[in-house]
Amino acid sequence: MAATKHPQILFASDLKLGDVLVLGADGWERDLRKAKVAASAEEAAQFEAFGKAEIAANRVVDVYLADVEIVGGAPQPLHYREKMRAKGPSVRRDLGKQAQGDAA
Amino acid sequence: MNAHDPQLSHGSNAPDTLYRYDAFDAQFVRERVAEFREQVRRRLEGSLTEDEFRPLRLMNGLYLQLHAYMLRVAIPYGTLSARQMRALADIADRWDQGYGHFTTRQNLQYNWPKLVDTPDILQALADVDMHAIQTSGNCIRNVTADHFAGVAPDEIEDPRPTGEFLRQWSSAHPEFSFLPRKFKIAVTGGAHDRAAVKVHDIGLRIVRNAAGETGYEVIVGGGLGRSPFIGKVICDFVSRADLLAYLEAVMRVYNRFGRRDNKYKARIKILVHEKGIDAIRAAVAEEFEQMDRAPYAHDGAEYERIVASFATPPYESLPKDSAVLESARVANKDFAQFVAVNTAPHRVDGYAIVTVSLKPIGGIPGDATSEQMRALADASERFGFGELRISHEQNVILPHVKKDDLFALWTLLREAGLATANAGLISDIISCPGLDYCALATARSIPIAQAISQRFSDIGRQQEIGKLGIKISGCINACGHHHVGAIGILGLEKKGQESYQITLGGDPTLDASLGELLGPGVTADEVPDVIEHLVAFYLAERHDGETFIETWRRLGHARFKEALRREGEDGADI
Amino acid sequence: MALISDGRFVEDGWRRLADEESLPKSGKVIVSFARLESALAHAGGNVTLGVLVPNTTEPAALTSALPRLKLVAIAFPAFADGRGFSLARLLRRVGFAGELRATGRLFADQYAHAIGCGFDTVEVADDIAARQDEAQWRGAAGAYSEKYQRGYVANGSILQRRREGAK
Repeated sequence: MAATKHPQILFASDLKLGDVLVLGADGWERDLRKAKVAASAEEAAQFEAFGKAEIAANRVVDVYLADVEIVGGAPQPLHYREKMRAKGPSVRRDLGKQAQGDAA
Repeated sequence: MNAHDPQLSHGSNAPDTLYRYDAFDAQFVRERVAEFREQVRRRLEGSLTEDEFRPLRLMNGLYLQLHAYMLRVAIPYGTLSARQMRALADIADRWDQGYGHFTTRQNLQYNWPKLVDTPDILQALADVDMHAIQTSGNCIRNVTADHFAGVAPDEIEDPRPTGEFLRQWSSAHPEFSFLPRKFKIAVTGGAHDRAAVKVHDIGLRIVRNAAGETGYEVIVGGGLGRSPFIGKVICDFVSRADLLAYLEAVMRVYNRFGRRDNKYKARIKILVHEKGIDAIRAAVAEEFEQMDRAPYAHDGAEYERIVASFATPPYESLPKDSAVLESARVANKDFAQFVAVNTAPHRVDGYAIVTVSLKPIGGIPGDATSEQMRALADASERFGFGELRISHEQNVILPHVKKDDLFALWTLLREAGLATANAGLISDIISCPGLDYCALATARSIPIAQAISQRFSDIGRQQEIGKLGIKISGCINACGHHHVGAIGILGLEKKGQESYQITLGGDPTLDASLGELLGPGVTADEVPDVIEHLVAFYLAERHDGETFIETWRRLGHARFKEALRREGEDGADI
Repeated sequence: MALISDGRFVEDGWRRLADEESLPKSGKVIVSFARLESALAHAGGNVTLGVLVPNTTEPAALTSALPRLKLVAIAFPAFADGRGFSLARLLRRVGFAGELRATGRLFADQYAHAIGCGFDTVEVADDIAARQDEAQWRGAAGAYSEKYQRGYVANGSILQRRREGAK
């Protein structure tokens, strides 16, 4: 089993609503803490295949893998861009996932 | 007679000083909504792939951003009515999060619409003669104009009818909807350009020729973004009757020969740079000669129809000075500051142009809540014939305020949190949404604007510094127009962190210039200190009445770099 | 490939002739631009000729051939590459009166653009035709009763209607 350099999660955007999704154990989740983590290249490829099928089924768009680290048992994106997607605008703490209790 | 009588300009009796849609304009936007509604249906059921749907939704202003979709509503040439502003407020409340963001191209952005709601939003816009047509996509975008149009004393001609003329001509164009890249046009009608015409794909300056005829100087190939360029004059006079035909010739040359191999080399500025303005001028001239211009034969009459549809405001006959204003200024220091900073001379005696700043100290530049939008709509009806403008500096303009009414207006604005007296001053910062909202961004921009604003919050200090345009972009696409800021700030990524490059010496006017880099990128925390040091150096060195850019031009960039380097050694702040 | 003409999917009376295939004695054949000169020289009287050209073709390169061609097909390398719309306009300008055909991966919402610029027909990729039936193509082309542009093919002209109304 080939390890990926970092563990990864799968991001997407909901086609109808536009909000940020991550692949969880039972499908798409809005709370990043529930994201399934791929530790190997094979797992990551499976995630991507699932994402492709979901695109073809017209449920999501803009699917991609993002590197994470595990902090307190939950995946935390490594890059500040995905950290932003996990929370919402830093200048409006009353909006986005951070305000809905979905923020990692 | 008491000139201060709100009844004289009450909304329901006020004539519409904006272009009035005729039945065909109204039908066009309704049909556009129906078209998009059907496109959404076909997308959701899978008839359209995302790749196919993307240009269609972009041509209706709908982006997919970092957290949600974003809808960019067109405010043609930056002009809207009170009724339209109220509709924007209602849409914000009903389908978004109760606010909107006014942009550097005079549009409005909603940050949280859903795709499935967008057809209804577009219908609500169509109901008030508005739309989101071509505010994105590889097509001709919203035509912007001088936000003091029709009221500036130095104006040759109001550019808004030209803006409307172009809006119609460019809407759903069969030949020019799949261009190499976006295409932005700006129009200015005065001796002083407030529309940044020299950094647009096409800039139009309204001019008079030796025979006294009004026409257009056409500037082509300006643009910001990854490779900024100042536009060049392609034709120093195109008559009104020939304008659209000439533009069609330019568009055809661009559509045919603009690069398609590299997204970052696809604007017309690159074509002009690579082929040279002479070759492009010749190609356009040849196309103009060969094209069949008979279909344009009635443009003169059509233009006059549009002009006639912009009603002249029923200005009162007033003395130049207002005793009411003078005594209010003496009595109230804050009000006096507002008048000094946020008003500009009007071509009609007794009136003033008011800039309502959307840059409260520490606030998000360009954002307005739905309550503020309604307050602005009310203000425009009480004090300005129900007309508002949006400037590309992300502020709101009330273009027809009686001097007698300024104090009452200011009182109303204060209650709405809209009376910040900083128009054009250092805290009147232009900033794109940046990484807080935008999927293209490499760094955040809004917190930088907030930090600088707070550092310079003292209004007396700001007035001492004088006019100083800071412009911030969160990525190289330069939607914050940082290249033409007296101080420009560009947010990038360096080693996994947000890093900010600072430039000096940009100017968006007819004296256009592009900023020069000050030094390597600094962290977000360091930015306010750098600005402080730049301002301190400027204040120490300026000659009487010199603006920041004038001092910079006189001393040269090297002096500023040196001053900052020394500050780095002494102050250890950089 | 499907072919849409006047809002309907129709049988294609034309055949694309591969460069290595010899000219038939009769029939309607579309040859490549590279082969055009030779085809014009050698085609018999019962052969109706058409040509497939890249979207970067200079109209001047075709002017002498056009009177002898009944069809010009313009290739769209990608649907987002709108050069073919301008080329179509230019070919009509130099007087080409035969069938102008757009070919590539255009989709239904570009049908109005193609018609507007003077195309008669659009060759539609099979997978696109499967997703977008002719009702979608007709619907897209019929979205606007009248449009603003001068000198393009459209259902109606707003400027014309205004002038009629003003009389």
